[in-house]
Amino acid sequence: MKTSFKLIAVAAVMALSFISCNDKTTAKDIATAAVVVSDKISEAKPINTKGYGIGDAATDFKLKDVDGSMVSMTDYKDAKGFIVIFTCNTCPFAVASEERIVALDAKYKDLGYPVIAVNPNDPNVQPDDTYELMQAKAESAGFTFPYLYDADDKVYATYGATKTPHVYLLKNEKGKHIVKYIGAIDDNVRKANAVKDTFLANAIDELLAGKVVSLKETKAIGCSIKV
Amino acid sequence: MSYFYRMKYAWFICILLIVSCKDVDKVPSSLWDAQEYDETEKDITSEIALNQDWIKIVDYEGLAPLLAKRNDTTYVVNFWATWCRPCVKELPYFEKINEDYKDRNVKVVLVSLDFPDKLEKQVIPYVQKNLKSEVWLLDDADANGWIPKISETWSGAIPATIIYNKNKRTFYEHSFTYEELKKEVESIL
Repeated sequence: MKTSFKLIAVAAVMALSFISCNDKTTAKDIATAAVVVSDKISEAKPINTKGYGIGDAATDFKLKDVDGSMVSMTDYKDAKGFIVIFTCNTCPFAVASEERIVALDAKYKDLGYPVIAVNPNDPNVQPDDTYELMQAKAESAGFTFPYLYDADDKVYATYGATKTPHVYLLKNEKGKHIVKYIGAIDDNVRKANAVKDTFLANAIDELLAGKVVSLKETKAIGCSIKV
Repeated sequence: MSYFYRMKYAWFICILLIVSCKDVDKVPSSLWDAQEYDETEKDITSEIALNQDWIKIVDYEGLAPLLAKRNDTTYVVNFWATWCRPCVKELPYFEKINEDYKDRNVKVVLVSLDFPDKLEKQVIPYVQKNLKSEVWLLDDADANGWIPKISETWSGAIPATIIYNKNKRTFYEHSFTYEELKKEVESIL
């Protein structure tokens, strides 16, 4: 009995490996198959049951910028939409994204999609995210866009952001800000020069070309929002 | 026991076969890829990666088997990073579970999502000083590829934890107190 089991196991593995040689299936697929085989998954206590999905109309906000002014989406009369990015001062993923966010604003502001960055962290929980340190960050990182302080922690919760950085691409459709893309800036937070797929830029380009966004949601590791 | 031996045998064959067809079919490894992308700013020098046994460095392909074991052990797999304050805060609770439930076939594995270039100066010193549980480092840039494979509901925020055995699997995207963690572990045993 024992031997026959062994033979079956070996035969199965050999078959898998054989397929991987011939059909260019990668070892990654085998590993994935192993995960899928696992028992039924019960997901308990999902942290984010609310928040926006694709196609929802996002609410406007009125939050204080690092220059002291109050900023709302309605202030932008000519915007075709917005790149709303929840980010913060010191999360390594946020810091690694700073230059890319500045570059996105430089490219897409003139095309009608300006960046609006929002810091959702509560400085009482995350002392690196006080309003003063946000001002210092905007200065040192050369932010060319509003960097807003989500003082009441309401905006991030309404949007459903769970981490920094977390992007929401909005398109203005008859005065409503419709969510068109949610997720990551690109496929490699760690190394800008190793990026293969610029998810967010692709989505904006598609909107500008009058197309439907093809990849609507992506995932990335980020720092959990601290409130 | 016999199951374990069977699996061991099968994996051995599997590795042999994968290695044997490597010429035709490149086994993906973000570690190698990363070095190809950027020669000046290497993620992990092979020297650092090889000359330490504190941390097991894997890409998703290397991590996946850890999340799909079907034996008598209950696995508590926690995703963390040295820079993640709520993660570091709850690590002692995972350490305590690993210690207190050792005799009940519970194994804690702490999977660091630190940037690999922080391995030598930040991660290894922290692990040496604070952790006794097994520590892995997931070095795989394609987060959009592997996050949904770990859990469809995971937004990518850490800390995140999987508690599973051959009967049940639960994914948590939040921090624990010791009591909460203990309760979840007890509930699956």
